[in-house]
Amino acid sequence: MKQHVCSTVNGEPVEFLCAADETALEVLRDRLSLTGTKEGCGTGDCGACSVLLDDRLVCSCLVFAAELEGRRVTTVEGIATPEALHPVQQKLLEHAALQCGICTPGVVVAAKALIDANPNPTEEETRYWLAGNLCRCTGYDKIIRAVMDAAAEMRGATS
Amino acid sequence: MESFAYQAPDSLDAAVALLAEQREASVRTQILAGGTDMIVQLRSVDRAPRMIVDIKRIPETRSIKLGADGLILGAAVTGAELSARDDVTAIYPGLVEAADLIGSTQIQGRASVGGNLCNASPAGDTIPALIANGAICQIAGPGGWRELPVEDFVVGVGRNALEPGEFLVALRLPAAQPRSADAYLRFTPRSEMDIAVASAGVRLAVDEDGVCTEARVAIGAVAVTALLVPEAAEALIGTRLDDAACAAAAAASTAAARPISDKRGTEAYRRTVVGVLTRRAAVIARDRALGGQA
Repeated sequence: MKQHVCSTVNGEPVEFLCAADETALEVLRDRLSLTGTKEGCGTGDCGACSVLLDDRLVCSCLVFAAELEGRRVTTVEGIATPEALHPVQQKLLEHAALQCGICTPGVVVAAKALIDANPNPTEEETRYWLAGNLCRCTGYDKIIRAVMDAAAEMRGATS
Repeated sequence: MESFAYQAPDSLDAAVALLAEQREASVRTQILAGGTDMIVQLRSVDRAPRMIVDIKRIPETRSIKLGADGLILGAAVTGAELSARDDVTAIYPGLVEAADLIGSTQIQGRASVGGNLCNASPAGDTIPALIANGAICQIAGPGGWRELPVEDFVVGVGRNALEPGEFLVALRLPAAQPRSADAYLRFTPRSEMDIAVASAGVRLAVDEDGVCTEARVAIGAVAVTALLVPEAAEALIGTRLDDAACAAAAAASTAAARPISDKRGTEAYRRTVVGVLTRRAAVIARDRALGGQA
């Protein structure tokens, strides 16, 4: 039995049919062609599939697509504006805080959620917040520096 | 049933009726709250089709009510929602700490205290904290409404006391006594994203002279279920919670533990650590309770 779901993804209304046991990650990638969100572990351990669900950071592999009825989803595709990258994205580039890039979409979404919730995070808070985003390339230090630099820039921009 | 189905009833009555109707039709059902354990299990060890009944659109499962009678915590309230409540954290800091230890920020955004309890893992972090607080399960089902203490709710590894057609709606925590507090500690090799090797939850109250008048101690990951340890509580009650009393409580927890040896710790190690955690949690709860006096 297919589920008919109406949702909002990156500000746009979307409508899709899915199986009851399909995950939000599968629908985003395979039905809505939003392949920025990656599947790593599929068990909520790696954070590569991080999205915002009604502004709350979650792993999209651990959400059923049917649950999205009436709810808002933000994926990595919804973070930048047509004019510019989000400061988190720009700073990840400047700090060379990625190599293979598989974890990066999840890191971008998680870091944006951190700065939205806490505009002035300490290094410790940043490391704890991102503990669910695994990266096997960078050793994390560059990611942490990039996110803190992005937060600092955003504080400067709003003051 | 050949394929999965999904329903999200929006009231308790609708959920109870749906579960009864599906049971009548011999359709397997499974309750969905945060899904962080359930979806992993459904896509690995047990892939058989069933009807997923999402209880998150039922208002009673989503509300946090803190009043003179205590706390009513909806079964689907997430760790992130709970730790955002400073008023709850002030009274039940140990419970909030326990919920906050589970998984990453992403998991916190979905995983619920009620789901952690229903999943019934021996190492579930909120279970000893709930037992220490004297929490009561509020259960809806075909027979109406019933209540069951948390220490009687988990009956084995991955097994709880829910009867067919029943589901956990909320947890009720008694009102906090004056000069009382709770604490929860676990030991894990990593500081994040890990599962308890041993854990301890303590709630205690002291009188105006600092003498312990009430205590509840519960331990986790050292038996098939979290255990209430009355002997540890008795070692604290009537004392000034000095080193000797806290050491006696630690010894009682070590004696009550019935751990297994596995890759995360040997039986002997877990027995020792659960005692240390009991002592430290008692000291934290004591200092919080006395701090509340000032």
